Amino acid sequence: MTGASTADRPRLATTAEALRIVDLIGNTPMVELRCLRESIAPGVTIYGKVEGFNPGGSVKARSAWNLVRRGLESEQLRPGKTILESTSGNTGIALAMIGAALGYPVKLVMPENVSRERKRVLQAYNAETVYSSPMEGSDGAIILCREILAQDPERYFKPDQYNSEYNSEAHYLTTGPEIWKQTGGRVTHLVATIGTSGTVMGTGRFLKEQSHDVQVVAIEPSDSFHGIEGLKHMASSIVPGIWHPEQVDRVVGVDTEDAYDMVYNLAAKDGLLLGQSSGAAVVGALEVARDLTSGVIVVILCDFGDRYLSTNLWLGWRDRHQLAANK
Amino acid sequence: MAARVRIPTPLRKYTGGKDAVSAEGTTIAAILDDLEKNCPGLRERICEADGSIRRFVNLYVNGDDIRFLDNTGSPVKDGDEISIVPAIAGGASA
Repeated sequence: MTGASTADRPRLATTAEALRIVDLIGNTPMVELRCLRESIAPGVTIYGKVEGFNPGGSVKARSAWNLVRRGLESEQLRPGKTILESTSGNTGIALAMIGAALGYPVKLVMPENVSRERKRVLQAYNAETVYSSPMEGSDGAIILCREILAQDPERYFKPDQYNSEYNSEAHYLTTGPEIWKQTGGRVTHLVATIGTSGTVMGTGRFLKEQSHDVQVVAIEPSDSFHGIEGLKHMASSIVPGIWHPEQVDRVVGVDTEDAYDMVYNLAAKDGLLLGQSSGAAVVGALEVARDLTSGVIVVILCDFGDRYLSTNLWLGWRDRHQLAANK
Repeated sequence: MAARVRIPTPLRKYTGGKDAVSAEGTTIAAILDDLEKNCPGLRERICEADGSIRRFVNLYVNGDDIRFLDNTGSPVKDGDEISIVPAIAGGASA
């Protein structure tokens, strides 16, 4: 025996340990958003944490898996139960993926106007989908989901992403530590959008515990009538139970048009094709960066843009404008 | 000539809370003009300053997206149903 502790002994994950798709969640890379350099002081760097690399393609893999994992531990989720959740998209995809991998049926309630790609992906994972009115937004889905649960509460396990602290915990346990490690403790600002608020809450809490100086910035649409899929305008929405506004230093409102323009910009100049919520987050990060002479800003990029190609972000007005311009 | 216009929750503050209102006109542009008369402030939430529809807003005539008809020139008939739908599923007023 040598003096080294067995805990330090390097070992290879066996095939059995890495067999499940859920074991690949997290540990996403960060990339500098170089196209923003010209707009900010030389002492400021903006990094994007590219959550699209998660299985299921979004940051929601983290929270969905933690909610399911905790459900399994407490046996609230057990064989015979169906996973039921209201979602504007990415959480649904993550839950459908996890349900498929673990052998649990998944039923999702979402507004009818979520993107076509999302609906197709959910079908592929064999999830059952129930659509709420496109006129009522994600809150319409929340209300319809409550009704479905009330009709047969024993049948379902509801992860309850809007109200379960296990949502934020996912980010406290994974996203926060990853950012701290990836920046070597140099991070000065966290910028993340508010959907359920789990990402900004959990990640922010962890980072502030490491350094009180870390500023936590939450991004929301500037208006209740907006086109940034997955985000909530807090003043006009059912406020998530896990949202604790006193834990953020600043909330920045972003216009839909600015978010869309940032998506086009990042794709064309940095080779990063992202979704509209990432566009909004980067607009917010840039606003924060402009006031700084030095700092390391980490912005959460929720997902890639492939799943929005059929939405207004690309199809529709922009194409029409370009067609008209090219005539 | 009256069409029924369905209003999404975030815009119902302009319609006194109503989820649908009646509007007159033979094109989408005319309907939007008429809506503005009765619900001041509504149009600028839907349209750009030049009168075109904002990028994230979809308008439907009897379920058909006007982007694939004739945009704001799309014809409207008596009894048609027009829906104003944000392109995505955002928050609604609780």
